[in-house]
Amino acid sequence: MDNRQKEINNLKDYKYGFSTDIENIQAPKGLNEDVIKFISNIKKEPAWMLEFRLKAFERFKVLKEPDWQKPKFPKIDYQDLYYYSAPKSMKDKPKSLDELDPKLLETYKKLGIPLQEQARLNGIAVDAVFDSVSVATTFKDQLTKQGIIFCPISEAIQNHPELVKKYLGSVIPTSDHFFATLNSAVFTDGSFVYIPEGVRCPMELSTYFRINASNTGQFERTLIIADKGSYVSYLEGCTAPMRDENQLHAANVELIALDDAEIKYSTVQNWYPGDKDGKGGIYNFVTKRGLCKGKNSKISWTQVETGSAITWKYPSCILKGDNSVGEFYSIAITNNHQKADTGTKMIHLGKNTKSKIISKGISAGSSDMTYRGLVDISSKAKNSTNYTQCDSLLMGNKCGAHTVPYIKNKNSESNIAHEATTSKISEEQLHYCQQRGLNPEEAVGLIVNGFCKEVLQQLPMEFAVEAQKLVGISLEGSVG
Amino acid sequence: MKEQLQKDFDNSIKNLSLSQKDIEIKKFCLDNFIDKGFPNRKEEDWRFSDLNQIIKNNIGELSFYNDQTSTNKVDTSVFVDGLEHNKIVFINGRIEKIDFEYEKRDQIEIIDQSETINEFKNSNSLSDLNNAFTNKCFKILVKKGYQLVKPLIIYHTTNSKIWSKNINLRLNFELDKDSSLRLIDLFNDTSEKNFLNIFYNFELKENAVLKNYKVDKFENKNIKYSFNNIDQDKNSISETFILSSGSNFSKNEINCNLNGIYASAFVNGVFSLNNDKHHEIRSKINHLTENTKSYQLIKSVLDESSKAVYQGKIFVNSDAQKTDGYQLSKAILLNKESEFNAKPELEIYADDVKCSHGSASGSLNEESIFYLMSRGLSYQQSRELLINGFLLDVVEKITDSEIKNLIKNMIGIKE
Repeated sequence: MDNRQKEINNLKDYKYGFSTDIENIQAPKGLNEDVIKFISNIKKEPAWMLEFRLKAFERFKVLKEPDWQKPKFPKIDYQDLYYYSAPKSMKDKPKSLDELDPKLLETYKKLGIPLQEQARLNGIAVDAVFDSVSVATTFKDQLTKQGIIFCPISEAIQNHPELVKKYLGSVIPTSDHFFATLNSAVFTDGSFVYIPEGVRCPMELSTYFRINASNTGQFERTLIIADKGSYVSYLEGCTAPMRDENQLHAANVELIALDDAEIKYSTVQNWYPGDKDGKGGIYNFVTKRGLCKGKNSKISWTQVETGSAITWKYPSCILKGDNSVGEFYSIAITNNHQKADTGTKMIHLGKNTKSKIISKGISAGSSDMTYRGLVDISSKAKNSTNYTQCDSLLMGNKCGAHTVPYIKNKNSESNIAHEATTSKISEEQLHYCQQRGLNPEEAVGLIVNGFCKEVLQQLPMEFAVEAQKLVGISLEGSVG
Repeated sequence: MKEQLQKDFDNSIKNLSLSQKDIEIKKFCLDNFIDKGFPNRKEEDWRFSDLNQIIKNNIGELSFYNDQTSTNKVDTSVFVDGLEHNKIVFINGRIEKIDFEYEKRDQIEIIDQSETINEFKNSNSLSDLNNAFTNKCFKILVKKGYQLVKPLIIYHTTNSKIWSKNINLRLNFELDKDSSLRLIDLFNDTSEKNFLNIFYNFELKENAVLKNYKVDKFENKNIKYSFNNIDQDKNSISETFILSSGSNFSKNEINCNLNGIYASAFVNGVFSLNNDKHHEIRSKINHLTENTKSYQLIKSVLDESSKAVYQGKIFVNSDAQKTDGYQLSKAILLNKESEFNAKPELEIYADDVKCSHGSASGSLNEESIFYLMSRGLSYQQSRELLINGFLLDVVEKITDSEIKNLIKNMIGIKE
């Protein structure tokens, strides 16, 4: 057996499907004001933060779970979830990596994030979130020197309340939709990034999310602020153990780019997708929204979605500043019984704003995939342009691929172009590859990678290699 | 509105000789409508055009009772000159004339179907309203192998003698094996602010060919809703052309079921709007079996504060392998206040298909204008030439040359 085959065999099953036995502190089961107070209390939050949460909870009580999405799922009992779960050893936060629970470190090693090594060797600063708390952040010193703040959001609430207070909820307000509001009420941890004026962040910032405990919802909140003229590239990776029941993940991510700033946000989402019969897996209902607040600012979303039982998210850009740019590059792959309803929203408010959407969907097995997107050019957004391309690839006749774009143009000086295609891998292409000695699976892998290339190119180097492999693995067993 | 509906319903039932059972069915439809009301923005299919609001703002309170006992005088001046044709004339919602003078009498059958209720899978509360209030409904059956010699023009005329604010029409067509029909719907409204609710049902048997041209050209203040349901058998072809221009508000819906192999559907549309008008075309093409084809082309020119909406959906069933579906919508916004919304949708469950859609909207290309002006045309002339060319593209898609020329003359498009 050659090496590649071996590697594939190793990876064939979900390789992150282990769980770690670590003693946890959990909030009482259920959702009520006491639980919210418990979370706020355990995090030693100031009063304004608790107020923010309770306000969101008030709003949440009147909201109804939306039901317009394509993938339907059994009703979630929000009272049957734990809203806070933290490794016990984290109660008193370790000061450095050496003090971390060895079991935690081992978990991260299995995930391919050897925090200690990473801290020493390569240039990626990592913030790791385990269940509900952020456990370790590397490279702090080097970042602090440049004035960059990269820390768990719970720490930022303590140490930088002025920034958090100003920006938290400014893009995703507490009165937003159902899941976002739930998150505002019960969010536990996440990353906080602030890049000061004129600073170009010298390394990729990265967060790994891990759901470990069962019956836990993970509600993390990420807030990234790029001040005038700054630049940051942020990576996010996610995994979860294999469990038979479905788990809820409802995160909020807020990006704010001020004048001339640029934020690049990349995600490789590899939550547990459930087994071959569609049992278990993560419900990934995430709200991601970026605000190009200042002039000439730019926000770029890149996502590779291979995991989750249900993915339901629309990373969006609000292009408020003049000349601002929004980009969305996405690969979504669904296999077996996975379902995805994903896309983006580009809201053009400022003059000369530009947006670009490249979405590639691949569905195989009995899965179902929907691209749903909105391009809205308001009457004031003179001279704006949008270009959208969404292509779907189908493998087999049990899966579905759908495209639901909403296009609104209220400005006569703006241009919108949209195109979408749906097709299968052509027999000619397969034949051509096989003729040159590739087996059918390799041939499909090659063609699919070519299909996705435009998006893969957008990922930072380290991620691109991983993502490329992931694309191949996710489609294992879907040929023939 | 509820009392008005109830009262008008009782009035209209009185004048009809219906069996108790039929009355009950109509009553059921009425209750359904009372329950749901006019469609509003919360319904996905109406998100860009809130009919409830539009009716409220434009008409206000509606009334529904039409006295069908007295006849209206047919005004022959509205008839199309220079084209020999068969006629059906609706005046204020009442069928005044059915005339197939150019055809063989025994090849066309006109069946009274007033008691049957239309049930569409893909419909809304307006079909309930239509079912409750339609007085007379005919089915036109074109017999096996017969191809109509001349086109059929349906004149939809309203005038100031109209009884109520709402008119409901219904017509059914059946095209038997190897038959064909060319059908033009011509709207001519001189009434003020009425709501027209029109349902057509077409049944196309093997090898049948239907060409339907809907022309709403003359300026009027009416609100129109028109629903075409087309069921297609093996090898049949349907071609729908919509010129959407005259009414204050108009929504055309096409629901096409491609049930037989090698069936094909073509939907082409032109929006030419100005003056606060708000028009919509919504199409749903259901590819239900293999080797079917659909093609859609919609172009809009929007001036002043007009608004056009195109919602097109291609649905491909898991059995419908080798489907070929294409959809393109393009819009030119001439004015700051104008607006174009599109929702081109694909829902696909089969893998061996070729489906694509495109949508583009923007302003007139300044470079093209410059090119033309540098060759001696004025700004206005260049603009007109570009718009003419833009729309000509769709009109050229009309496969019937006689009707193509008629429509070209009507909209003043030059070659």
